[in-house]
Amino acid sequence: MAEQQEKATIVVHSGDLDKLYSALIIANGALSMGMEASLYFTFWGLMRLVKGGLEKGQLSKMHMLGLGKAMVKQRMSKANVASLERLIQDFKELGGKIIACEMTMEIMGIKRENLREDLIDEYGVVGAYIQEARNSKITLFI
Amino acid sequence: MAEIKVDVTGETCPVPLVETRKALRKAAPGDTVEVVGTHPASKKEIPLAVEALGLELLSVQEEGGVWRITIRR
Repeated sequence: MAEQQEKATIVVHSGDLDKLYSALIIANGALSMGMEASLYFTFWGLMRLVKGGLEKGQLSKMHMLGLGKAMVKQRMSKANVASLERLIQDFKELGGKIIACEMTMEIMGIKRENLREDLIDEYGVVGAYIQEARNSKITLFI
Repeated sequence: MAEIKVDVTGETCPVPLVETRKALRKAAPGDTVEVVGTHPASKKEIPLAVEALGLELLSVQEEGGVWRITIRR
């Protein structure tokens, strides 16, 4: 199928709530428009794949000890913005691939059973990212 | 040939686009997918996706803030 040839690869380095939204919205957009998409979760981004951690990120700006986040969450809910859990489930349903950084797991002392294994397709290091990125039309570092 | 209906009324970016794509993936060639929604930006981006996917955009209508897009798989 010609529509499955182009690809978007995103490094999810930040664990901030707003940046995770950006990464997942872009990735879901790419899948929806007929591209393949891979998300490579590393460092603080990978912490969001720890069980129960998906929505736990701070805001990259105006977090204000959680006050800013609560305000933004309230406004998002008013605007009916989808949860990160829904976005990541949509990402998987549309065929998106999630790679977890094994080096981060070592540094942070995270085991596979601590992670959302239901979401992760592959465990890898930089070579896995390069293999995805070298054939991608879109690569982003978020 | 089936007619598939997708209701994304009240949903915002990227849900209308994603739900459209999910429906198109499930549809068989020749089926039509009708998407109904209210998010203004999605009315613009769904036709872009249809073009990118090489599918046929049958119609885009809007009445009273509710848009209706029909696509042939």
